[in-house]
Amino acid sequence: MPIIPSIDEITETFEFLGDWEERFAYLIDLGKKLPPMDERDIVDANRVLGCQASVWMKIDLDESTTPTRLLMNAMSDAHIVNGLIAILLSLYAGKPVDQLGSVDPDGVLKTLELEDHLSPTRRNGLHAMISRIRAMTGNLS
Amino acid sequence: MTMTPASDTVQMLDIETVRAQFPALHQQVHGKPLVSLDNAATTHKPERVIESVSRYYREDNANVHRGLHELSRRATDLYEQARAEVACFVNAPTPASCVFTSGVTDSMNLIANTLGRSILKPGDRVLLTEMEHHSNIVPWQMIAEQMGAEVIAAPVTDDGELDMAAFESMLDERVRIVSCVHTSNALGTINPVVRIVELAHEAGAKVAIDAAQASAHAPIDVQAINCDFLAISGHKAFGPTGIGAVYIRPEIAETLPPYRGGGEMIASVSFKGTTYAEAPMRFEAGTPNIAGAIGLAEALRFIKSLPADAIHAHEQALVEHGTRVLSEIEGLRLIGTAPNKAPVFSFMLENAHPYDVGPVLDHHGVAVRTGHHCTQPLMERFGVPGTVRASCALYSTTAELDTLADAVRAARDLFS
Repeated sequence: MPIIPSIDEITETFEFLGDWEERFAYLIDLGKKLPPMDERDIVDANRVLGCQASVWMKIDLDESTTPTRLLMNAMSDAHIVNGLIAILLSLYAGKPVDQLGSVDPDGVLKTLELEDHLSPTRRNGLHAMISRIRAMTGNLS
Repeated sequence: MTMTPASDTVQMLDIETVRAQFPALHQQVHGKPLVSLDNAATTHKPERVIESVSRYYREDNANVHRGLHELSRRATDLYEQARAEVACFVNAPTPASCVFTSGVTDSMNLIANTLGRSILKPGDRVLLTEMEHHSNIVPWQMIAEQMGAEVIAAPVTDDGELDMAAFESMLDERVRIVSCVHTSNALGTINPVVRIVELAHEAGAKVAIDAAQASAHAPIDVQAINCDFLAISGHKAFGPTGIGAVYIRPEIAETLPPYRGGGEMIASVSFKGTTYAEAPMRFEAGTPNIAGAIGLAEALRFIKSLPADAIHAHEQALVEHGTRVLSEIEGLRLIGTAPNKAPVFSFMLENAHPYDVGPVLDHHGVAVRTGHHCTQPLMERFGVPGTVRASCALYSTTAELDTLADAVRAARDLFS
């Protein structure tokens, strides 16, 4: 299981941190907590397009448990993007698929006031990831 | 006044007076003074350009060439005077040799589709360079595919110069068209266009020059360069977006087929057949960007109001200063160190993706661009995913470059 904090803890920490520099440093730190991806998963089929950085994401359904859970890992070659990936992991990874319909990543990013830091291109990459997750889990949640 | 009295020495730009003319420069972003170093993407506009566009819409707005009423006459005069201004700026032989387009991308598509369509045969080659912007690659790839021709690219050296020996060796009888950039948007390299044109003509090829970045930095003389086509940009030279102009050598213009069809570019239309107008109208279908043309002309007049050697001296000082302060930063690699270059600084930090660096600089008030800068083949050549690019205009200052360097250091420390 990843050692990424819960979304509540992340949100609390962001609120506590005053300026953009501290928030960026925290985001970079979160990104460093990403579990390493299996080398075999860092392939073109797992590339997520739409981001200036290179992003790979592997998602799977874990049907060995009840309810079915989402298995997810992702990484990029940019620190800030890794931080954003950590937030997505905290929202989605290991969660029961039937609860994912109520996850609101845009709302979370807004609460964290990260919208300002997300240019349209950056939002595209993030949304590409969210779309992939929804496509895989959409008819199950 | 923007110049000191003439003397034996080069006149200096009065930078503060120049900057005072640009309203957008004087604002804060994220609580810091804006340091605008993304000028290769687009330049800011002096008040006189903004006013010229507003005035047209307030007082002279009408369609051009078609009406007999007073406003139409005024609008047409302004539009054709703008054409004359462009011709004067690039030292074209006649105003009619300058065609208005929607920008350099549009111009390169026009050239590829008219020249390419009229002279390319299967097996022919179009010779570009590795440093070209996508707008001077993709249109050629598209027409080459249609005409059975091939696109090849001359290599770039490690310091970002065109490898002239390789370029010359690639110029054989199969090359019918050469197209290259005057000043690289990603590296700042200023290419030896006069020599390039000479070599290309000796080999029997026609030459098109992408001068998108050039006119904001230095005067252009199409007759001295002796090129067959040359495209300039409005918004990259203190003018509005959505406007550009392409010079076409008159003897070639008369041989070219039309590109876009519609009103204005015709002589007569019937369902039995249509005949076309002469250049430049042949290539200006539809209602043009009249306000844009007027704004472009005003921008060119602005550039001409400053002594060319003063602009040059100031920009060379920016090149030297920027190169020095950035080279001093540990962990920074400059990409594009040609001896002859415009004040454009592309770099990588060893421990951070350009995509990481951009937002940090933004929070320091420093506007730069990150990514491939529409030059993916060039980025691949240098083995980088993209770069951070800081690009100056004539209103940039060495103090701004110092702020950039401080912000880059802060970014480096944040990611270490």
